[in-house]
Amino acid sequence: MEHFFVLDGEKIPFTPGQTIMDAATTAGKYIPHLCYKKGLSAHGSCRMCVVKINNRHFASCTTKAADGLIVRNRTHEMTEGRRTSLQLLFVEGNHFCPSCERSGDCTLQATAYEMGMLTPHYDHFFPDRRVDASHPDIVLELNRCIQCELCVRASREIDGKNVFALAGRGMASRLIVNSESGLLGDSDFEATDYAARVCPVGVFLKRTGNYGAPIGDRTFDERPISSQAATASGADHASDVAEDERRALGEVATELEAAR
Amino acid sequence: MYPVVEDILTRNGHDPTRLMMILREVQAVFGWVSPDTITQIAAAVNRPRAAVQSTVEFYTFFNAEPVGHYRVLFSDNITDRMLGSLALRDRLCAAFAVRPGEVSADGLVSVDRTSCTGLCDQGPAALVNTRAMPNLSPERIDAMAALIRDRRPVAEWPADWFDVHENIRRRDKLLGHGLTPGAPIKAALDRGPEGVLAELSRAALRGRGGAGFGTETKWRICRDAPGYAHYVVANADEGEPGTFKDRVLLASCPDLVFDGLVIAGLVTGARKGMVYLRGEYAFLYPRLTELLAQRRRAGLLGNNIMGVGFTFDIEVHLGAGAYICGEESALIESLEGKPGKPRIRPPYPVTQGFLGQPTAVNNVETLALAALITTHGGDWLKDRGTPTSVGTTMLSVSGDVERPGIYEYPYGVRIHEVLDAAGATDTQAVQIAVGAGKCLVDTEFERRIAMEDASTTGSFMVFDRTRDLFEVAANFVEFFAHESCGFCTACRVGTTVNKRLMDKIAAGQGSPQDIEEMQRMHRHMQGASHCGLGSTATMALRDILNKFRPAFERRLLSTDFEPAFDLDAELSEARDLTGRDDALAHLAPAHARR
Ligand SMILES: Cc1cc2nc3c(=O)[nH]c(=O)nc-3n(C[C@H](O)[C@H](O)[C@H](O)COP(=O)(O)O)c2cc1C
Ligand code: SF4
Ligand code: SF4
Repeated sequence: MEHFFVLDGEKIPFTPGQTIMDAATTAGKYIPHLCYKKGLSAHGSCRMCVVKINNRHFASCTTKAADGLIVRNRTHEMTEGRRTSLQLLFVEGNHFCPSCERSGDCTLQATAYEMGMLTPHYDHFFPDRRVDASHPDIVLELNRCIQCELCVRASREIDGKNVFALAGRGMASRLIVNSESGLLGDSDFEATDYAARVCPVGVFLKRTGNYGAPIGDRTFDERPISSQAATASGADHASDVAEDERRALGEVATELEAAR
Repeated sequence: MYPVVEDILTRNGHDPTRLMMILREVQAVFGWVSPDTITQIAAAVNRPRAAVQSTVEFYTFFNAEPVGHYRVLFSDNITDRMLGSLALRDRLCAAFAVRPGEVSADGLVSVDRTSCTGLCDQGPAALVNTRAMPNLSPERIDAMAALIRDRRPVAEWPADWFDVHENIRRRDKLLGHGLTPGAPIKAALDRGPEGVLAELSRAALRGRGGAGFGTETKWRICRDAPGYAHYVVANADEGEPGTFKDRVLLASCPDLVFDGLVIAGLVTGARKGMVYLRGEYAFLYPRLTELLAQRRRAGLLGNNIMGVGFTFDIEVHLGAGAYICGEESALIESLEGKPGKPRIRPPYPVTQGFLGQPTAVNNVETLALAALITTHGGDWLKDRGTPTSVGTTMLSVSGDVERPGIYEYPYGVRIHEVLDAAGATDTQAVQIAVGAGKCLVDTEFERRIAMEDASTTGSFMVFDRTRDLFEVAANFVEFFAHESCGFCTACRVGTTVNKRLMDKIAAGQGSPQDIEEMQRMHRHMQGASHCGLGSTATMALRDILNKFRPAFERRLLSTDFEPAFDLDAELSEARDLTGRDDALAHLAPAHARR
């Protein structure tokens, strides 16, 4: 029997066990998201992918697809809510897009364009988070972290390492590195780690080879993020590990986890 | 390597699920959890170092940075504030020339605030190195300062300073139960698990923790869920501002709660029960653990309970200052030694909870009631309450009343009856639930406390006509900003945006647009939050805003938009530096602060 639900009036097939997000992405449909990445466990923290089903709100990355669901995704109301969430993320951190090396490759920025966010609307918090330049290859610009935990999960589930974690509560919540000094250079992180590639904003900055693609010719400068939905989180699609390879790595990671 | 830490780790069996208890002891010995102790603990419990650091930094009572040798945290509930807690805090700060939140230069003291300590009936209260201290007064603050200056250990301070009273003002069927310890277990063994479930169903017992879920259904689902072990948990986190009923129940009828937990174990097939006791109530810990030891000796706990071959034991776990840990999946994360962040649901804890196994989490009062219903049968409570809210309810009454304390009433009691009994005069408003947001005004005092009318988790904070409801709302907004776990965008940032808007209005810089912004944030957080904290964090604000709008409006600077800062005031530093203060060094008067 074929299973499907309805997303903004379109039939979306799914296999039992899939989330709404998984099924929609497979079908090439775009549900905005920041903390979701195909191949990593779902998190549900950014709340960008919240959709409405029977007048109730659900995060599509953590909600299982079910037969006959009527899912409202790109409606005026949902877009407005997402715009608010984006504005909250923009003012919580320091995002100076024009001077950011990730501009044009940044999922936060691309999603903001997609949602028609024109101003930050709220007063900026201007946090003062330290930049970690202790690693030979990668600099962590933590002022841009949106606490999505993609790097945390990538390091644990794919790299089998546990380099990152979130610590603290509420507004004091922040990304930390698993080393006694708290510095990236003292951890077992390597620039080839998957964790170095999943960040949806500009926290992980390469020391060399920047501006290879000039601003204006980058992933989301070419086409809006919604038209790149099938690649889940567009920015990294070129460098993504192939799906099955990733799964194999995931199994290794799980084994490592179990062995520990 | 610290030998003391090694001792603590060994005593806790190097068990990662006992991380909270380990950190608590380390914090007590050193006054903080230093980076090298984090490394040592992480290696011993076999967790990544960053995971242990996450846990340390999540909880208010653990410190990853040195704090004062004496750490005094004043309870910041609105009722404590009404009793003068902020002035007392400032008095103590002045005695040591230290600012709130800072450590004195000699490292001796730090003074700060903490969320509601659950002592609203005997405030103002504070925690001194996590020991609860009610009934503070200026004299006591001065005496305390002298003891601190003499570096006298807290254990040697006058014992009566730490006396916590139960203040039970009205007893009904629960508080006047009169059962001997273990009698409910005997009844449960006689009835058998199915028999117990039948009585709970007949009584239509619904959880007293807020969500009102049917207890019989919860226990049945838990029992039927597959797993290699089952667990039952008493939720004694009680962080809701203005409630202290669970504290009083655990102090006055702990056996009844333990009996309820044993029965839950019998019904669900669990062999282990845990009491998650909030860190603020640590003063109950020695008594509760001693009572558990007594019960083991009496055959009411442990192997072969009452000689029928039923094995079940109970452990008390302490929290460390985090309201969110009352949410059941966050509570379970905390029991596992992690930061208290709510899990993705489903799966619900009842099928996959503690260590992934079926876990029934129940409120303390629910468990006590289950024990009574098991003993007396499902019809026993039916002569109390309303058709949909059967039985009685414990109200934690505080604020502007002559007799604050616990009042057990049948459901259906009218607001004004409680006010009269507690000696309230000239009452302006009653906040009966902060999370659910209900603020009742005098035209509503005929309403009844019941699920179908004015429902509450027990909080009953009374404000007379001298009180400014803006201050009340501001206190609740601060509470939620402080207690958001930080996991999801809507709640983490939304609660802080609201706090900044309230600060702006309080500073006389507000405009109607700021009020509109808070209303918008309310709608946003309702839909976009991950858990109940975020989706209810603005309820109280909204209700007070709707009913007391003038309290907000009279603080507004104008009816137009105003920036969050005062342009002219921003120039004062430049004026100081240049030594100018003439008219031209100021912005046009129209911009200057009125
Ligand atoms: C933010 C938040 C805080 C909560 N705090 C408590 C609490 O302190 N005590 C409690 O029993 N339940 C609390 N709950 C409800 C619990 O998640 C859970 O529903 C309850 O413990 C179940 O017990 P019951 O079935 O006996 O009501 C809280 C829920 C939320 C969302
Ligand atoms: S560093 Fe990037 S990937 Fe990691 S939590 Fe922050 S925003 Fe997410
Ligand atoms: S709503 Fe608040 S408390 Fe709940 S998960 Fe989100 S941030 Fe945490």
